Amino acid sequence: MLLTVVDEQPGSLDTLGMARTIGTPVAAVAFGTAADGAKLADELVKHGVGTLHLISHELLTDYAPEAFGEALAQLIARLRPEGVIATGDDRGAEVMAQAAARARLPLATQCVSVTGGDPWQLTRIRGGGMLLEDAELTAATKLITVAPGAAGAAEISEVRAVDECVVEAFTPELAPELARTRVVARTTRGDGVSLATAEVVVSGGRGVGSAAGYAVLEELAGLLGGAVGCSRVATNNGWRPHSDQVGLTGTKISPKLYIACGISGATQHWVGCMDAAAILAVNTDPEAPMVTRATYAVIGDVHDVLPAVVAEIRARAGPRR
Amino acid sequence: MEVLVCVKRVPAPGAKVPLTEDAQDIDTRHLGFTIGPHEECAVEEAVRLVEAHGGHVTVLAAGPPEVAEQLRYALAMGADRGVLVDTGAAELDPEATAAAVVHAIRTLDAEPFDLVLFGNESADAGHYQVGIRVACELGLPIVGGIKGIDVDGAAGDRLRLRRDVATGVEVYEVPLPTAAAVKEGLNLPRYPTMPGRLKARKAQLLTIPFEPAAGGLRKVRLRQPHDDREAAIVLGHGAAAAPAVVDVLEELGAV
Ligand SMILES: Cc1cc2nc3c(=O)[nH]c(=O)nc-3n(C[C@H](O)[C@H](O)[C@H](O)COP(=O)(O)OP(=O)(O)OC[C@H]3O[C@@H](n4cnc5c(N)ncnc54)[C@H](O)[C@@H]3O)c2cc1C
Ligand SMILES: Nc1ncnc2c1ncn2[C@@H]1O[C@H](COP(=O)(O)O)[C@@H](O)[C@H]1O
Repeated sequence: MLLTVVDEQPGSLDTLGMARTIGTPVAAVAFGTAADGAKLADELVKHGVGTLHLISHELLTDYAPEAFGEALAQLIARLRPEGVIATGDDRGAEVMAQAAARARLPLATQCVSVTGGDPWQLTRIRGGGMLLEDAELTAATKLITVAPGAAGAAEISEVRAVDECVVEAFTPELAPELARTRVVARTTRGDGVSLATAEVVVSGGRGVGSAAGYAVLEELAGLLGGAVGCSRVATNNGWRPHSDQVGLTGTKISPKLYIACGISGATQHWVGCMDAAAILAVNTDPEAPMVTRATYAVIGDVHDVLPAVVAEIRARAGPRR
Repeated sequence: MEVLVCVKRVPAPGAKVPLTEDAQDIDTRHLGFTIGPHEECAVEEAVRLVEAHGGHVTVLAAGPPEVAEQLRYALAMGADRGVLVDTGAAELDPEATAAAVVHAIRTLDAEPFDLVLFGNESADAGHYQVGIRVACELGLPIVGGIKGIDVDGAAGDRLRLRRDVATGVEVYEVPLPTAAAVKEGLNLPRYPTMPGRLKARKAQLLTIPFEPAAGGLRKVRLRQPHDDREAAIVLGHGAAAAPAVVDVLEELGAV
């Protein structure tokens, strides 16, 4: 049996598709109350999953990485599944690593494909997408997380619905001490265009030259309803906050359009923007990797090109803009 | 406060990532090495905590003897002591890495650490787990993705840890001793000063040899991802390219 960790997040059930490529039967596991379980079971029926193992406990009512991991490790010990598959977002990766450590099992993270058998043959992403690694996973229970975006929903549509998804309640034994790593407070971010979800990102690197140099990028982003991004050089120089940084150790984005201004295109930056539908590079160097890998390029100085583009947009919009 | 920071030596490739002939590793003959940005922030945070609250910063790296270079960089940033866990040249799987780190921490047991810092994930392998495995083995609490650390409580015996999530910020409050896995953005790391570099060059490193058993994840080979992008369409040079650029923006529905 394979267990897939699911929750109410959109896309969470995508991992079921990956699980089915490995083997069957596939059961689901989730954290939550009986009400959460009933809601998820309704959804799982449509995806052909007949069993939901629902982990409930008073220490699990808010996110608590150690308690979640320990609970999952206990469920693994009880069910002895062939494998457990979870989404590799921050929380999924953390809970699986906690479970792996506690169950003393190996864990392969950031997987993009897996073939069942013993051992499992898998391919995982390294360096945020810089390289692929083919690997073998040997264990009584094999734990993997799926690289965000790698689990297509495609296979799911071919799956036949089942009549019923039975909810099996599981109450772990959790030491009160595990509550020590539990969320105690939350703040919510204000609205505004966020880098992660913006459809257009105007991003600047060393070639922008200074913090003040970003004014024209801000202006263009404003006209395009987009967000401003940057390279690590800009962050390290204190020109931009780290929350603007695109790349391996910044934010990975997939906008419709990425405008890279004065950015050379080092792999650590590239892996953050390579999923953009289109890339426009503005760079003085026609040989810069960002220029050669972009969809469109303008060869020139950021501070000549961008003001001219802004002026052209305003001119076409009419005299009153 | 006694703080331990675990750092990893990783290659720093530019626009291309060359592989060795046997496809086991990145070909580093023409590349430099570094520690990942998450870990650089971990070192910086440790140095600041000790500047504010007293104590010492120890940095630890497991790997071949060359990890000394990265330990010295951390010493130049202000760490007090470097520990080299010599595990040989071959890349370790995450269970083996965690075993090596745990072995070293137990060897240093005479001075227990109040805080053990990790990067959220290593820059090259990105297993997202070594810190959690080490903390779990040592019975320490750990939270990942940390972008803010404040010392809390009248006795200074608790930490408030903040982490960014899609909707905002989550706050955790953990008792010391604890571990945390941090992300770049936690602070702006300093550049080592010249005197710092000189001192670091002469510093004695503590070497602990260790041969960990292999875990259940075995690397078979590395591959370049497939990239079938066509060459860029050059829209023009300098300011004169503006009309062509705005044509494209209109075509893409961006304006
Ligand atoms: C482990 C690790 C993780 C990393 N993570 C990240 C990350 O998340 N994000 C990230 O961005 N980097 C990251 N880096 C750093 C990365 O390797 C590069 O150093 C960085 O991306 C370079 O930034 P840049 O392109 O702005 O600067 P440079 O590489 O210096 O490039 C500047 C570019 O601007 C052009 N230029 C100069 N002047 C002008 C002008 N006036 N007009 C137009 N063009 C001009 C130049 O031709 C050049 O192409 C990481 C590095 C490591 C080792
Ligand atoms: N060889 C190593 N030596 C010391 N610390 C390491 C090593 N490998 C990983 N770490 C630490 O564990 C963190 C997570 O690594 P990983 O699980 O590989 O993503 C890193 O950011 C480091 O802080």
